[in-house]
Amino acid sequence: MTATDTMAGAPAPATATAPLLEVRDLHVEFHTRDGVARAVNGVNYSVNAGETLAVLGESGSGKSVTAQAIMGILDMPPGRIPQGEILFQGQDMLKMSAEARRKIRGRKIAMIFQDALSSLNPVLSVGYQLGEMFRVHQGLSRKAAKARSIELMDRVRIPGARARVNDYPHQFSGGMRQRIMIAMALALEPDLIIADEPTTALDVTVQAQVMDLLAELQRESTMGLILITHDLGVVADVADKIAVMYAGRIVENAPVHEIYRQPAHPYTKGLLQSIPRVDRKGQELYAIKGLPPNLLHVPAGCAFNPRCPMAQDVCRTDVPPLHTVGAGRGSACHFWKETLGD
Amino acid sequence: MGRYVIRRLLQMVPVFIGTTFLIFVMVYALGDPVAAMFGDRAPDPATAAQIRHAMYLDHSLPAQYVHYMKQIFTGNFGTAATGQPVTELMGSAFPVTIRLTLVAFAIEAVAGIGLGLLAGMRRGRFADTGVLAFTLLVVAVPTFVTGYVLQYFLGVKWHVANPAVAEGAPIGDLILPGLVLAAVSLAYVARLTRTSVAENARADYVRTAVAKGLPKRRVVTVHLLRNSLIPVVTFLGTDIGGLMAGAVVTERIFNIHGVGYQLYQGILRQNPPTVVGFVTILVIIFLAANLLVDLLYAVLDPRIRYA
Repeated sequence: MTATDTMAGAPAPATATAPLLEVRDLHVEFHTRDGVARAVNGVNYSVNAGETLAVLGESGSGKSVTAQAIMGILDMPPGRIPQGEILFQGQDMLKMSAEARRKIRGRKIAMIFQDALSSLNPVLSVGYQLGEMFRVHQGLSRKAAKARSIELMDRVRIPGARARVNDYPHQFSGGMRQRIMIAMALALEPDLIIADEPTTALDVTVQAQVMDLLAELQRESTMGLILITHDLGVVADVADKIAVMYAGRIVENAPVHEIYRQPAHPYTKGLLQSIPRVDRKGQELYAIKGLPPNLLHVPAGCAFNPRCPMAQDVCRTDVPPLHTVGAGRGSACHFWKETLGD
Repeated sequence: MGRYVIRRLLQMVPVFIGTTFLIFVMVYALGDPVAAMFGDRAPDPATAAQIRHAMYLDHSLPAQYVHYMKQIFTGNFGTAATGQPVTELMGSAFPVTIRLTLVAFAIEAVAGIGLGLLAGMRRGRFADTGVLAFTLLVVAVPTFVTGYVLQYFLGVKWHVANPAVAEGAPIGDLILPGLVLAAVSLAYVARLTRTSVAENARADYVRTAVAKGLPKRRVVTVHLLRNSLIPVVTFLGTDIGGLMAGAVVTERIFNIHGVGYQLYQGILRQNPPTVVGFVTILVIIFLAANLLVDLLYAVLDPRIRYA
């Protein structure tokens, strides 16, 4: 944990204890025909080596856009980063040349995407796509790259790796395909992996297997992991800390167990209440009323106010700063004390 | 795969018979070849009947067709109006036209895919609009207009290229006719590639390729282009036949003595063996190109498997 949990985010010097990745006051906007969509509005978060940060939020909360900005794979234009810093190992990646960023991608920061079927190239064998990492970044020969690909497939426990290395993505099951995506991200032993909803497209049983695999692979190394998800159930076991995003801002961040025990933001509270529970079987499932805001017309004040059961006048006028709630905890709610209280 | 090829080859038989029979009927309807031999003079009826018998013209149309097919499978395509065997004409004409077609095909594929890639990657920008406007113009103007205009300006006025092709049709002389022949197809290839590239550029696997840290060149050639070219290859393959047939006009303009020239002569002189013989070979080339495209399709896209 670092001391940058406030919105102001006083820049910490890049020392040996500096986080692996630190996002400071990041803004991302998209220029569309209908106006400027502000997808990310001043996000701060950090990940240390060996740590797992879960970024939680609904579709359109800006969690994936933040990740794409870190990876440097945003489409620009229409995307634009008007403000902010993304410090990786102490260096601002937004100030690097395109070539320097390319060399970080895949080698130092890797990404696992949501839908492995569409994210893998349909006309190239998985062995080729895995081997490409070694051939491009390490200059290995085709043959050596293939041998490494087989090792990788073994490592993510794909049965019969040697026989299947020349198969194509459509010949694998959903869970196996996601393992291939994970293997691809692991290939060059990056310092940081960003997993963007890695289990959303999978069956529940397969979801658990894939999450266990990710957690286990991370335990074996010092790599940092950013896990982007909208599924609170998934994060409890793997994450060290959680950042909850809403309308392009972080509304709450906290160590994982505290947030489950005692949320400090009404939105987080709503999310936790909407998890189906066996002991409430038969009762109506709780849902946060209303819809996530249109990013072209984000409500004034706290973006969550139209859906918030606790909203007061101040919520409709003033954007709440990220209040420090406790050690390594913050909540962007004017009434965080009241939220914690009840 | 082997079974698939055999099935496809068998399917070609009725197509081959159907097309050649249609052509045979149409050429027969052109007029009386014996009368054509005598030009303006009316032939002596006895002589005419004798020639008619010698040329197997005194039988019914289906019988003539069967007779003709038997003949060509023994390698006898009959004699042309000049008295030369048709096979001799083919021997001189096809190499020329094939060379012209290959030049045109190379121009079509390279320039078409290049322009399409450029436009597709810069969708909505100046280069894209330029390519769209240019291809629209090319498609809208008939080949004979493009041909004569380019021949006049590049060949006659500015002396950039030879306005006519020399005997033996050297490759250098064939570049301008090749360009004219390729023009319309080139425009279609460019537009097809553009759409395909623009669509695939947004695909998830292209984003993955970028996230892997691959150099841009590799992302475009290995990942984007490879997928985008699948529909383009289909078009290019079937267009080989189209180019050879389209050469009729181009060969007239640039005075190339190829298939188009011989076909034109055959029609002008109402000589069935020439016309039917040449078209039969063209049909075979067209069918072979189609089969090749379908097989290539499976190579390009592993999701397609033929059983």
